[in-house]
Amino acid sequence: MTDPIDGVFAALADPTRRAILARLATSDATAGELAAAFPITAQAVSKHLNVLENAGLIVRTREAQRRHCRIVPGPLRTVATWAEQYRRLWEERYDALDGYLETLKETP
Amino acid sequence: MSIAIGTPTDTTITMSRSFAAPRDLVFACHTQAEHIRHWWGRGNPLDVDLDFSVGGKWRFVERSDGQEHAFRGEFREIDPPAGFTWTFEYEPMAGHIVVERYEFTEDGGRTTVTCTSTFDSRADRDGMLQSGMENGAEESYRALDAYLVKLS
Repeated sequence: MTDPIDGVFAALADPTRRAILARLATSDATAGELAAAFPITAQAVSKHLNVLENAGLIVRTREAQRRHCRIVPGPLRTVATWAEQYRRLWEERYDALDGYLETLKETP
Repeated sequence: MSIAIGTPTDTTITMSRSFAAPRDLVFACHTQAEHIRHWWGRGNPLDVDLDFSVGGKWRFVERSDGQEHAFRGEFREIDPPAGFTWTFEYEPMAGHIVVERYEFTEDGGRTTVTCTSTFDSRADRDGMLQSGMENGAEESYRALDAYLVKLS
């Protein structure tokens, strides 16, 4: 049984794959369009797309003669939501620490 | 100042933030009870019990809206003022232990704290993901955009 979240973090760990996802978040694109947008070979782009597809982060659809890559928001949104909540918690905590450090400076 | 979050591997999360204060002080703020109680609760009252020694236990209880949230763990490595490692457990999810390494670096009077959280297992990480998903089901694409911008 494969875990749907498994592979998402690994897929996101690579900066090129994150850049591809950021590009696909604006609109669908063909593999050729993606290869033109990044300074790597078409084969390398294809490998990254396989990883993203296996992680459930994109799907490839066929329209007319062109295969389009489309972002799948579900798993990314799960990660993003979690990361956002974690960030917010620590932002509150560390804003409080900033305030506390200020009070330490004021008391001789 | 904002926090930078990263997910470098399947079982780790990193967080980084800097402060306009010397390293010794920022380190002390993370490791001494009399400092921790002033900020870790984010403005909520916080009880702090802490034995700052290798193998020493810590326990924080945060009170908000009539509810108590308890966290606990123990210190594994202590290397003042460069860093320390402790285990972190939220008591309602006891047994799901996260190992957190805090590192402190100083540059030009500013101190940067970097925390790397390592989950025991993929299941534990997913458990945290799951709870985040339940609390934040309403989150919009904005969170995704912000996250991707931060990552890229």
